[in-house]
Amino acid sequence: MLGTIIQQTVNALTIGSIYALIALGYTMVYGVLRMINFAHGEMFMLGAYAAFLGLSIFIGDIGGAGAFALTAIFFGAVIAVGLVGVGIERIAYKPLRNSTRLAPMLSSLGVSLSLVTGIQILAGPQPVGFPSFFPATRLDVLGGTVTLVQIGILIAAFVLMFGLYMLVNRSRAGIIVRAVSESRPTAQLLGINVNLAISLVFFSGPLLGAAGGILYASYYGIMSPSMGAVIGLKAFTAAILGGIGSIPGAMLGSFILAFVEVAGTALLPIVSGGILGTEYRDVLSFTILILVLLVRPAGILGTPVSEESMVYKREF
Amino acid sequence: MSSTDTTMQSIPRTGRLVPIVVFIVAIALIALTPFLGNYYIRVVNGLLIYILLGIGLNIVIGYAGLLDLGFVAFYAVGAYTYGLLASAQLGIHLPFLLIVLIAALLGMLVGILLGVPVLKLRGDYLAIVTLGFGEIIRILVNNVDWLTGGPKGIARLDKASIFGIEIARPVDFYWLLLVTVFIVATIVWRMEKSILGKAWAAIREDQDAARGIGINTTNAKLAAFATSATIGSIAGVIFAASQRFVSPESFSLQESVLIVLMIVIGGIGNILGIIAGAAILILLPEVLREFAEWRILFLGLLMIALIILRPAGIVPRSFGPERLIRGLFGK
Repeated sequence: MLGTIIQQTVNALTIGSIYALIALGYTMVYGVLRMINFAHGEMFMLGAYAAFLGLSIFIGDIGGAGAFALTAIFFGAVIAVGLVGVGIERIAYKPLRNSTRLAPMLSSLGVSLSLVTGIQILAGPQPVGFPSFFPATRLDVLGGTVTLVQIGILIAAFVLMFGLYMLVNRSRAGIIVRAVSESRPTAQLLGINVNLAISLVFFSGPLLGAAGGILYASYYGIMSPSMGAVIGLKAFTAAILGGIGSIPGAMLGSFILAFVEVAGTALLPIVSGGILGTEYRDVLSFTILILVLLVRPAGILGTPVSEESMVYKREF
Repeated sequence: MSSTDTTMQSIPRTGRLVPIVVFIVAIALIALTPFLGNYYIRVVNGLLIYILLGIGLNIVIGYAGLLDLGFVAFYAVGAYTYGLLASAQLGIHLPFLLIVLIAALLGMLVGILLGVPVLKLRGDYLAIVTLGFGEIIRILVNNVDWLTGGPKGIARLDKASIFGIEIARPVDFYWLLLVTVFIVATIVWRMEKSILGKAWAAIREDQDAARGIGINTTNAKLAAFATSATIGSIAGVIFAASQRFVSPESFSLQESVLIVLMIVIGGIGNILGIIAGAAILILLPEVLREFAEWRILFLGLLMIALIILRPAGIVPRSFGPERLIRGLFGK
């Protein structure tokens, strides 16, 4: 029993940390631009494909690769996706910055569609096996099985999230981002380079999302052009659950969502006497999201802001 | 967004040519379609269903300025209403028009039930909650096997008939859809011009100001949501009746995105634009069949380019049904 609990907890933490990496990108973009970036799930997908490309060009056989080479490929891939993110913002979102609130979201839907079909054309629509970045050793912890892959994912995710925390809270660039997030017009009036802040967000968000994609593909051993859609939706749910715009909120929301999913998968069939199977896991997640929003419209850690001051107001 | 062109100034002479040409081409196409082969009539029927869906979703996106990404759920509600009430699945065989009525009410009810909790929230959440709702409906339909037949769907639905006239051939559905589109488009266009439509426009342009002048924004948004759900549900009934088969496959997230895409490409908030957008998105894939995936990539890029370069879509908001009618009759 204890073993099962430990194993399920580690499963939830693994999935939760991957969700968190992606949710951070949604929440930061929302914080700065008040826009839902529907193409963010595709950064997750691009991350896995970029790493796969890097592996097949530079290493070939993953078995013989050293830890240093793998780390280099990992960071090469995520930085490349970060740059793609900045490029997409420049082309598809920046011209729409003074347009309606709906316009950039629709544009991001177009970006998402183009990226998915682009990858489908380049790499084929079928799922591709993905070599794990971590050795597949199994460990026995108090009766539960925990793999090295899971431990590696947890370490990588926490290092990246700590890096983001330091960047946002302890660096000059972070001050700029937080200022723009607080109020773009005021930041602009104070002489802050708003474009730099936005580019920084569109670099670090996709970077973390791509890292999530590589870790996810390592975990499940598979990647596909459409992998970003469902996971992106989950991560976005997590970001709203925690309070969109809030960085700790995105992390908290992700872990709550992951625990709900793991518990739901394990308990739903038992609690409902076999009527509701595991396929209702997503229904449970969305129901919880709607219930949380009814009680706390701003999410768990979000600042409660009245609708009048936030929504449908062009910021000049 | 540009303001709607509702001033009653007279149209210059040169402005009459386009409406007349559009009108003649439209009449010619409508009259010629029944003489095409069944395959082409089915393509046109698909187009008309998407126009119906586009008109429905446009109320929420184009008039009220809210992003609804789960519209296909209402389409599914309508389709499964027909599937359950006109087949051997539950042994119920109701007449077509009664089911249309039931589905319309059911769609409205579901729209209100979803809208009441959500529309009070910050507008951005609407996109994600509707998306989640669309997925919930799809998962339910896929898994409640005893009721919906699960992934296999429900086959052998009853043939539709209206007042004893059987509607079974593609050309019958063509006339049915044409009449439905015409009626729905006229009602929706009149709604846009009504005081409610003006409230929607006010909410779209500036919600604070709309509330400031005494518009109950929650109720107006709810009305938009319910009307749109009703139209989606009616489209679902006709779709199910023409296929005589329903399965969860038809109600994926991609369908919702396709309808949004249609509205954006054609012209947000303009019924004529939606017709153009639907024609492009439904007929283009038929024409460019051999290019397979490239055409979807092209559509994605086209969507980005249009949003940036021509935010109002191919047909501008000012060239609406009103302009067409005034151009024709020279008022």
